[in-house]
Amino acid sequence: MRNDISAAVDAALAEIAAASSSSALAALTGGLVGKKSPLGQLKSKLGSVADVDERKAIGQSLNEALLRVEAAIATKRADCEAAEIEAQMAAEGIDLTERIRPSRRGRTHLVTQATQRLEDVFVGLGFQVAEGPEVESDFYNFEALNMPKSHPARSMWDTLFVESAEPGSVVLRTHTSPVQIRVMQEWAPPIYAVMPGRVFRRDTPDATHMPVFHQIEGLVIDRNITFRDLAGTIEAFTKAFFGAEFTSRLRPSYFPFTEPSAEFDIRRANGSWIELGGCGMVHPDVLRAGGLDPEEWSGFAFGFGIDRMAKERHSIDDIREMYTNDLRFLRQFS
Amino acid sequence: MKVLLSWLNEFADFGDDVDKLAEEMTALGMPVEETITAGTKVPGVVVAQVLRTERHPDAEKVHRVYLTTDGSNELHVWCGAFNMKAGDKIPLATLGTKMPDGREILRRGILGIDSEGMCCSAKELELNDDHGGILILPPGLSLGADVFEALGVTTDTIFDLDLTRNRPDCWGHMGVARDLAARLRRSFGADVSGESSHPEHILPVEIVDDESCGRFTATVVKNIRVTQSPQWLQDRIARSGMRPINNIVDASNYVMLERNQPTHAYDLRSVESGFRVRFAKSGETIVTLDGATRELHSTDIVIANGSDVPVGLGGVMGGLDSEVVESTTAIALEVAWFPADAVLQSAARHGLRSEASARFERGADAWGLESAAWRFIEILRLTCPDLEVHGSPQATLNATCPPQSSPVLVRLSQVARILGVPLSAGQVADLIEPIGFRCSGEGSEVSVAIPSWRPDSSTEIDIIEEIARHYGYESLGKSVPNSTVHGRLSLVQQRRRLVHSILTEGGWSEAMPNPFLDPAASQLAGVDDSAQLALVNPLVAEESVLRVSLRPGLLRAVAYNQSHRVDDVHLYEVGHVYPRGSGTLPDEEEILCVMSVDEANGELVALRSWSLLVDALGFGAQIDTKSTPGGYHPGRSATLRRGKQVIGAMGEISPVVLKRHGIVGRVSCLELSLSVVLREEPKAVAARPVSRFPSSDIDLAFVAPDSVAAADLHRAVKSAAGNLAVSLELFDVYRGKGVTEGSRSLAYRLRLQAPDRTLTDDEVAGIRQKCIAAAEKTGAKLR
Repeated sequence: MRNDISAAVDAALAEIAAASSSSALAALTGGLVGKKSPLGQLKSKLGSVADVDERKAIGQSLNEALLRVEAAIATKRADCEAAEIEAQMAAEGIDLTERIRPSRRGRTHLVTQATQRLEDVFVGLGFQVAEGPEVESDFYNFEALNMPKSHPARSMWDTLFVESAEPGSVVLRTHTSPVQIRVMQEWAPPIYAVMPGRVFRRDTPDATHMPVFHQIEGLVIDRNITFRDLAGTIEAFTKAFFGAEFTSRLRPSYFPFTEPSAEFDIRRANGSWIELGGCGMVHPDVLRAGGLDPEEWSGFAFGFGIDRMAKERHSIDDIREMYTNDLRFLRQFS
Repeated sequence: MKVLLSWLNEFADFGDDVDKLAEEMTALGMPVEETITAGTKVPGVVVAQVLRTERHPDAEKVHRVYLTTDGSNELHVWCGAFNMKAGDKIPLATLGTKMPDGREILRRGILGIDSEGMCCSAKELELNDDHGGILILPPGLSLGADVFEALGVTTDTIFDLDLTRNRPDCWGHMGVARDLAARLRRSFGADVSGESSHPEHILPVEIVDDESCGRFTATVVKNIRVTQSPQWLQDRIARSGMRPINNIVDASNYVMLERNQPTHAYDLRSVESGFRVRFAKSGETIVTLDGATRELHSTDIVIANGSDVPVGLGGVMGGLDSEVVESTTAIALEVAWFPADAVLQSAARHGLRSEASARFERGADAWGLESAAWRFIEILRLTCPDLEVHGSPQATLNATCPPQSSPVLVRLSQVARILGVPLSAGQVADLIEPIGFRCSGEGSEVSVAIPSWRPDSSTEIDIIEEIARHYGYESLGKSVPNSTVHGRLSLVQQRRRLVHSILTEGGWSEAMPNPFLDPAASQLAGVDDSAQLALVNPLVAEESVLRVSLRPGLLRAVAYNQSHRVDDVHLYEVGHVYPRGSGTLPDEEEILCVMSVDEANGELVALRSWSLLVDALGFGAQIDTKSTPGGYHPGRSATLRRGKQVIGAMGEISPVVLKRHGIVGRVSCLELSLSVVLREEPKAVAARPVSRFPSSDIDLAFVAPDSVAAADLHRAVKSAAGNLAVSLELFDVYRGKGVTEGSRSLAYRLRLQAPDRTLTDDEVAGIRQKCIAAAEKTGAKLR
């Protein structure tokens, strides 16, 4: 019987060694270690060995033989599986660069991008963001801004009028400044707000002008706000938005709704100046129109064009390009 | 406003550091847009005399000019201007001359015949802007002489200032010089006076209507001769942007350019009877200096003579009949102050904005009349040394004349409060007295007398601005306010940003079409235009109404892209619409419109945005498939509502509308009122623990007629499933074989799960039956 065992083991090991795949090996397994396998059959004959010691010894070598065969199967299985995975991987290589599809993500408009960047900078500087209607009454667009009817400064803006029961009383806002008055009326000071939005002028479109464009306005009203605070805030904005190497300057100008009034310029690192916008201390009459006592509150306001910022940033030659809604243009800017 | 350095230097010693002066003027609020050097001599340009001119049969645009520069030798030049005749003296740029524009004059031939120089226009020599022909020189100049030397041309620096409308005083050299001298601490002098040395000849002056004129002077000057002004004076006038005419007109313009004070000289013969200043009578007309007959209006200011015949349109332009002519030997000089509003209206009505009217409109100095008159006489005396002044200028005035100076109290505390820099009374006086603001008072308040040439200045804050300007904006320094406010975006703004990111992530790009439309554009897009408002003064008819929907604009953008071979069009816009409202202002509303050109697979791509938006913003609406929004496909659209309130629409754009816009294929669209949905703050959701017990799925396929909306069926099944339903998903829609025509099969997967136990088969079966019953109530049948 011992001979039978060792013959069965040899045969089994030979079969295992000859198996060509893990599936072939799985198919063999029952025939090598199952009940019907040569070793299994020998095990079932074990009871017929009469001598106890002999039976015990043969039983032990049978078990050892089965363990040997099982271990051989396990080793062979691991080898086969490893080889098979290797083969699979070797066979199924792909060109990833062929699988990368272009992004289908859309783009926000350049004006929206610029507005959001500006808002973020001002929020960081402690400002809130206010909004107002685009079609305005004469009161908010002019009168409350220290430009009573027939004030000559009204001609500084070419105004578009909207049909109304009282002719001339409804306009497309020529600037975002009317939102200043609305904020003063609706919020309680201290006010630290920026007001981005769409504005309208009766300008024939050209490379640098559109009849519909965008501005951002800033308004600060608090106790003891001074001209120095205006200059300092403009400087802080300049550095935060354009970069630490930029500086700003104010020079005297005229707006009916601020006094003292100024233009503010930004100085690039190379020493050249960019005219950015207008600003000044809120005129006492404007504070009054907003329902505030100019003896108690003081403040400053500033404003500049958003479209121009986008135009400069992306080196756009003709501002009209931004409004063609041509996807080939819009998709350039992520 | 063009300002000349030589002229400024007459009022104070500013030197010649042009860049520094430009910088200082900019710092004072008079930004220098351009600095131009004028009268630069061009060596090689000499006085030549035309001998004869000749046409060449083969040259149409040029002719041959024979010249001499020495009286004997003949030179030949081709010339494209034909305004010279034999005997005329003209400037000739000789061979080798470098012209101001960089050209070099070379021996260049036409038709094989050489040109030995170039005849020059005044513009080519940068003498003035005249390019109407070759400059004809005065006959007395000697041949061969340097033209610039012979003419006595002066060189100068022109500063082109961009002046703000609050500084009328700077519309004259004197005002600019005063401001600049104060800043640079130079002594400034502008006094001028004179005396009458001849028998008084006083013209009677009556201001009939007080509101027409506040102050008026008339001065009689005799023994004059109409001639040319000296070259340097002509140069100054030309370089300031006006045209030299004759010594009388030039003197008037010179005084205006210097002192911002218009004056007008009448031929004495037409105003011997005196002056009556009044508003025009109805039906009255006048022929102005430009030759136009003008019908006058009752608010036009009329200068009439003693016989009440109009001789001038006050503050705007003189009359032709009283004009100074060659035979004039005596004049009456009017120097007056007219109210800004009246002149503005008059000039606008007649479309006649003159240099004079522009100055009165901004505000002139009512108390500078006499010195302007004397300055006029001083200038005129340069060409008429024997002129006689018959009586000093005498002013007639009334209550509408502004005061000579008006005192305003300035609190030093207020100066510090606005500027952030404490200043003493003495410092304030040092800053603004040099520009004519007289200060008195030593304590905490300064009384400031505002000079009459600063009509823009009338209140404390105006004076604080002057203090700041002369202290120097840069010197005031910078600080940052200590804010107690926290910077943030509002809820609406944060949610709007979310809308932008959802849509761009989803593949849509943001468009910004014009909010002004053609009046027919709304109807073309199927949009109800009954609330559409028109612009009163549109630029063009195609942009003359305010939009009431974003759809027309996006449809145009889709068509534009398609016509430029962009097929994959997915656009959105966030913008306002402006329908007529019940109040003064329109019912302005913020709208989102999403538009996609759909692919052939039948998907309405724009509708993808609906679930994304609902999911992200946490709002809901009924999808009412029964009512078709205007301009949409009737069988493929829905109105979005909250009960009666319509908050949007979605579906496929009507093929009729697409055809009108030249759009090919199918286009889907979603419109939503952001004014409604952005304002709603979703409540914070209370967490529900995820059940640890097994879930059971039921698949249910129904056949539902097309009239039953999938959304209604969904709602019915979901509600029947009760609170054990974890999810209900429509996973298949099938039309075709096996399903009745006009119906479709809708297959749902319902997942049930209890938080606290494993569901029994009976429970699941019971829910299934309830769902089927509820579905059948809507008109669907289990398949």
